[in-house]
Amino acid sequence: MQLKSKDLLGIRELDGEEIELILDTAESFREISTRAVKKVPTLRGRTIVSLFLEPSTRTRVSFELAGKRLSADVVNISARASAVAKGECLKDTAKTIEAMNADLVVMRHSAAGAPHFLAKLIECGVINAGDGAHEHPTQALLDLFTIKERLGKIEGLQVVVIGDIAHSRVARSNILALTKLGARVTVVGPPTLIPMGIGEMGCEVSYDLDTVLGQADVVYALRIQLERQTETLFPSLREYAALFGLNEERAGRLKKNALIMHPGPMNRGIEITAEVADLPQSVVTDQVANGVAVRMAILYLLIGGGEGA
Amino acid sequence: MPDVLIRGGRVINPANKTDAVLDVLVEDGKVKMVKKDISVKSADVIDASGLIVCPGLIDMHVHLREPGREDEETIASGTRAAVKGGFTAVACMPNTDPVVDNASVIELILERAQNEGVAHVLPVGAITKGLKGEELSEMGELIRVGAVAFSDDGNSVMNAEVMRRALEYSVMLDALIIVHAEDMNLSGRGQMNEGFYSTLLGLKGVPVAAEEIMIARDMILAEMIEARVHITHVSTAGSVRLIRQAKERGVRVTCEATPHHLVLTEALLESYDTNYKVNPPLRTEVDVLALREGLKEGTIDAIASDHAPHALHEKEREFDYAPFGIVGLETTLPLMLTELVESGELSYTQLIEKLSCNPARILGLEAGSLSVGSPANVTVFDPKVKVKVDVSSFESKSRNSPLSGWELIGMAKYVLVDGKLVLRDGRVA
Ligand SMILES: [Zn+2]
Repeated sequence: MQLKSKDLLGIRELDGEEIELILDTAESFREISTRAVKKVPTLRGRTIVSLFLEPSTRTRVSFELAGKRLSADVVNISARASAVAKGECLKDTAKTIEAMNADLVVMRHSAAGAPHFLAKLIECGVINAGDGAHEHPTQALLDLFTIKERLGKIEGLQVVVIGDIAHSRVARSNILALTKLGARVTVVGPPTLIPMGIGEMGCEVSYDLDTVLGQADVVYALRIQLERQTETLFPSLREYAALFGLNEERAGRLKKNALIMHPGPMNRGIEITAEVADLPQSVVTDQVANGVAVRMAILYLLIGGGEGA
Repeated sequence: MPDVLIRGGRVINPANKTDAVLDVLVEDGKVKMVKKDISVKSADVIDASGLIVCPGLIDMHVHLREPGREDEETIASGTRAAVKGGFTAVACMPNTDPVVDNASVIELILERAQNEGVAHVLPVGAITKGLKGEELSEMGELIRVGAVAFSDDGNSVMNAEVMRRALEYSVMLDALIIVHAEDMNLSGRGQMNEGFYSTLLGLKGVPVAAEEIMIARDMILAEMIEARVHITHVSTAGSVRLIRQAKERGVRVTCEATPHHLVLTEALLESYDTNYKVNPPLRTEVDVLALREGLKEGTIDAIASDHAPHALHEKEREFDYAPFGIVGLETTLPLMLTELVESGELSYTQLIEKLSCNPARILGLEAGSLSVGSPANVTVFDPKVKVKVDVSSFESKSRNSPLSGWELIGMAKYVLVDGKLVLRDGRVA
């Protein structure tokens, strides 16, 4: 079985079977990361362009590592080095990428839909590594992989996503991915951070964390951007932490096996306290480690077909 | 200028409730005679059998981009696009560079229109200097040199005190204030209608309240001051309701909707195609239905294109960075014939009222009529011909239409501006 598209633009474009395929493939790649020599020749001779037009270290490094472990050549075009910063339009960047004969572009952009725009301009595949407040599909896939690894399944689980749903691409991709595999998702936050119509994406909405905590199999805290306070979306970080922060008291009321997740980087003391982040149920470091395996699986499924498989 | 005889067309002149197969004789730039079987010795004869002959269409909201962005549109190209689309007159908005807030810019526009334009150009002056919403522009002077109305279109007059004074001042001049209703704090950096789709697509939303709050405010001010206001590009069900209620109370308000808001919905933005990016944004099916209802019952008086040309390189960008706007002069008539008349929602007479008689009445023009003695601004269109929208054949300098490739029914065949044949068999003279 293969993925249906040359691109991975969002979870929305994937069906449940494709998600399962990626998770199963990641399972076989995870083992490579535990070897002494963490490299296989699967993508030798392939070129992956890493086009990060918004600063991000974690995701970029994770993709780079995934590419290198599969022996692909990874070329970085970062925001500052690229002409985009000088006002070059994405259309010209697309021409440059075509000229490089790349096999795949991994793209991060602050504008929603930018990877969709690029995908129409170039022949090779595009992976969306985060576009504005739209989607971050590889993050959701690594989150699902982590949940499945720990809890053995996705279907039937109750997942609570806490925080700035309105501005979060991680939330959108996770809602779509989790519900496609049969989990039930509740988003929690102040109404100012819950976007209009989110319920139509298939999740429940709550403004009261304490009433939904007890049933959760997974609690997923999102990073809160400090500038939202000046946008009058909440009065203060202190009040936010009091109403929606994951602290020890709240962690104590979780089910025994419930997982605590966060996409990183964490604002310790705000959406999650240091103590909770370090609890055994917290799988934040697993998420990072699994990210490489999941991204290897995606690279392999998109451009590894037929050779070395 | 030779006399023109338009022979055997279905003449629809709502001004005197004419709807019959008649001949129209145009002499010295005026409608000389409208009756059966006119015979003349020498005239330019147009065979209009199977065609509809009506008063010249008037688009009361266009952006001609001159002066300032002549790469996107000029008065010459914009009026050619108008004529191609069946319009004999266009009201152009003042958000040019420089802004139409002083007499010299109006004089420049009118001079260009005189020399290079093929349709009437009706300049709309700015309500406030520089469209800043702070100080009133010299409305008296602007009217003296030819402004037909006032608007800060593109911007909203955010300060209610400034709007109050503008409306008061307009009463003295019997001037029309055209309201672009948008609370700019609520719309913020919004890219599309706020709702399920903006959430799904991760694009910042513009709530319907951004439009409706300003309409409510200006209805209250207009009522208090007894001023005349016209709400441009109405896009929400709530706006239609507010205007309907205001009209029932006797507020002197008129309004118009655009073809794109009457046909397209926000769901189309799923493709992130920037040709759907427009302000106000495309709304929901419910809003489209309410606009159509408003049009039928008469709450919405007119249809105007909000023709907003943009350079290709500016539209071919990330959605967030592309400018707002859709070109519409060359698609309005066919789109409305297809969507509103073919579907049975409006009669030909009603559509002609929305596109000619009512804009003329609202702007106080001697137009919108084919009665004997009127200036010979005449549109002749084929109501049944099938056309495919081909943006590369536009007379407009810009191509930013979301209707590319659409199959429509009906198009303008002949247009007379003050008796002069400027569109002949679908070609601009
Ligand atoms: Zn406007």
